[in-house]
Amino acid sequence: MNYADRLENVSVLGAAGKMGSGIVLLTAMEMADLSLEPGNPSKTFTLQAVDVSSTALSGLLKYLRDQVQREAEKKAVWLRKAYENRKDLIENEEIVDQYIEDVLAIVRPSTKVEAAYDSTLVFEAVNENPDVKVKLFSQIRTHNSKDAWFLTNTSSIPISELNDRVNLNGRIIGFHFYNPPAVQKLVELIRAGSTLPELADFSQQFAKKLRKTVVLSNDVAGFIGNGHFMRDALHGISEVERLTADFGFAGSVYIVNKISQDFLIRPMGIFQLVDYVGLDVCQCIMRVMNERLPGAGLNSSFIDKLISLKIFGGQNADGSQKDGILKYEKGRPAGVFDPGQRVYVPFAEVAGRCDEKLGPLPSQAKPWKHVISQADRTGFLDGYFKQLREMSTLGADLARKYGRRSKEIGLGLVKDRVAAREEDVNTVLMTGFYHAYGPVNHYFQ
Amino acid sequence: MKNNRRRVFMTAGCQTVSMGTGRKEFHPKKPRPGLEEYIREAGQGVLKQIGGGQNVDEGVISNFMAGRFNKQGNLAALIPYVDESLRWKPCCRVEGACGSGGLGLMTGIKSVLAETAEVALIIGVEVQNTVKAIYGADILAGAGWFRGERKAGHAYFFPALFSDRASAYFQKYGREKTRRAFARWYRNAVENARLCETAQEFHNTAEDLESLALTEPNPRSFVDHLNVYDCSKVSDAAAGIAVVSEKGLDRIGIPKSDAVEVVGWGQVEADLTIPPEDLTRLETTARAVKKALESAGITLGDLGTVECHDCFTISGLLSVEAIGLAPAGSGADYILDGKTSRQGAIPFNTSGGLIGWGHPTGGTGVRQAVTVWQQLTAKAGNWKVAISPEHPYALSVNMGGNDKTVVAIVYRRPE
Repeated sequence: MNYADRLENVSVLGAAGKMGSGIVLLTAMEMADLSLEPGNPSKTFTLQAVDVSSTALSGLLKYLRDQVQREAEKKAVWLRKAYENRKDLIENEEIVDQYIEDVLAIVRPSTKVEAAYDSTLVFEAVNENPDVKVKLFSQIRTHNSKDAWFLTNTSSIPISELNDRVNLNGRIIGFHFYNPPAVQKLVELIRAGSTLPELADFSQQFAKKLRKTVVLSNDVAGFIGNGHFMRDALHGISEVERLTADFGFAGSVYIVNKISQDFLIRPMGIFQLVDYVGLDVCQCIMRVMNERLPGAGLNSSFIDKLISLKIFGGQNADGSQKDGILKYEKGRPAGVFDPGQRVYVPFAEVAGRCDEKLGPLPSQAKPWKHVISQADRTGFLDGYFKQLREMSTLGADLARKYGRRSKEIGLGLVKDRVAAREEDVNTVLMTGFYHAYGPVNHYFQ
Repeated sequence: MKNNRRRVFMTAGCQTVSMGTGRKEFHPKKPRPGLEEYIREAGQGVLKQIGGGQNVDEGVISNFMAGRFNKQGNLAALIPYVDESLRWKPCCRVEGACGSGGLGLMTGIKSVLAETAEVALIIGVEVQNTVKAIYGADILAGAGWFRGERKAGHAYFFPALFSDRASAYFQKYGREKTRRAFARWYRNAVENARLCETAQEFHNTAEDLESLALTEPNPRSFVDHLNVYDCSKVSDAAAGIAVVSEKGLDRIGIPKSDAVEVVGWGQVEADLTIPPEDLTRLETTARAVKKALESAGITLGDLGTVECHDCFTISGLLSVEAIGLAPAGSGADYILDGKTSRQGAIPFNTSGGLIGWGHPTGGTGVRQAVTVWQQLTAKAGNWKVAISPEHPYALSVNMGGNDKTVVAIVYRRPE
């Protein structure tokens, strides 16, 4: 079975979710592109988009239509060639419309897992719950007649564990996209010891066709991405706990979020990122990691408590940010939840005092967005962090401490053989989390 | 060709801002003025200088594709929208793709020559930011031969036609120097535009323009041999000017010192269905310029400034050669020697040209005439260039499509 054969019938489980919808988009476009290649005219490509929620599936189709249109507009140059034999399609607009139709024709929404029984490839993006994944895989394995390969988008569960529990004999690999899959360049690829070499080859080829950057991670719970993120978040939380005596809960969250965003020039502060991922998702990931890495302290009573107060974060169906640890106005953090009073305290109430205590940003500071588009980024960062190192404000102290901890986490991932090289850790943070620089750097000694 | 049978002047020019990417106030998702507002702004700008619409005998509106960009036809009837006093006057709309503006000017000139008008109001307009660039490319492709060329053509149809011209030129005369000349052309265009507050690149603050312009083309997302800096942008803008006789000047109370005289013109049409014989030459442009200069009875040495149709950097370079200022294959040297810059022998496109000022396709020809009028009557403000009294003439060249519809006009500054 060659690459195109393998992609003839694909199922995506959890297709209408945050990750699943992106995976459906990318996979369906790849299938449509294959159908437009000269060698594949006789093939019928089918993607079963399986999700428990029928409502979410109709939302998926709208999302796909919008996204395929945007992608088609970007690759109109190629599409004109792909459709050159279609005499009826002359203008770009006609070609873009046809491509949208062709991609959508591949996607078959379904609420039944039975849809996956004829698939040669099953892409899983359901909840980060090992038992749920095992149950679904087992059911499909029992009834699937095609010896399907399983690609799981798990961000934390070891692949060898899933392989063993479902008896897949190496027909599984970790193929971990970052959110949103259509935008983030990274795919973390995780092989179990028994993963079939041809499945690993296929995955490399698939990622390459999607123009993704591949980083190989070892099969350790949390892998590289969450291996860093969860520990980084726990550092932020412990800083909040330490600062609360002086600044109160709201002030401390404000401070740590600001340190991790503005002082460290990251796209989001750490608590905004936790909200973006969802507190419940973070809790699942930590649970999975903590059970498998005993003694590493990967749990947080802080997160557990907020979840017990029904603070979840995550996104609305339209992609906008729900309130979580922080409150959002027009997508920007504007307040912080106070678990004592169970209300959101506006930033305005705490910012003045906290900013004064933190002291100013280094004078060379620029927003993250500016820095990532700067031609001489390394030169800029060298200058900026030199300045940060020489400052003796509370803000600079906290930022240096945060940077050092992030670096220590990165080095730990290499030491623990989760990542093969420091460079891999940096690539994951820069292409999966969109950081302007990797955690393993010379800025923090 | 004979000289004009009576004297023809242009005066009271007005151009709106060229709106589009690059302007600070431009936001693709926010509401913007439409066709009507641009027409009215440019038209009223002229009327204010000529004593109102009652002095106008005839109106001409130049536009390329409002039918698709704005779903609007019957544009002649938007001339009376400029001012009530224009109702019931004879008006018409002319179209010749990006050469529409030139055709509009010629229509006014001929009316004045025919003595059916003493004062003609010419307005050129295009509002193109109504669609994304990829669909705008479909619309603009209408300047080519739809049945014969479009299907086999590129997604970015016109940029690709000129990319092919650039490729042919590279093959014949070398790539490296030619690309450097493109980059210089871009720099000159933006540096001129930075002085002219209505220009689309007025807010451009990029430091090293030539390095930017030397960015390698990306055939995956655009065309093979040109990058985006080699191309004029998508613009919304209008321009207006009055074409008048001596009698007309008296009527509107404008002295000759505030007008330029149209002393020669060449209007040439090629066959839309026949591909260019030589991609490295703009033959129709060359013919139009030759006619214009001959009818004016002047030589290239008499020119003080030129407005050429630089829809792409390669068209700028090929225009230099088609006008006759540099022999075939030497246009790049001419540009790199600085001869087209604002300090050069013949400053080109002093308000930025199509690349720097903007390219509201059907309005560009009129905008060129306005720039010439401003430059020759000391109304150019910050972007005024020094033109010696020995070179009192200006030339504008407006091209529609792939060198198909061309109007060249020779102007003389007031004596």
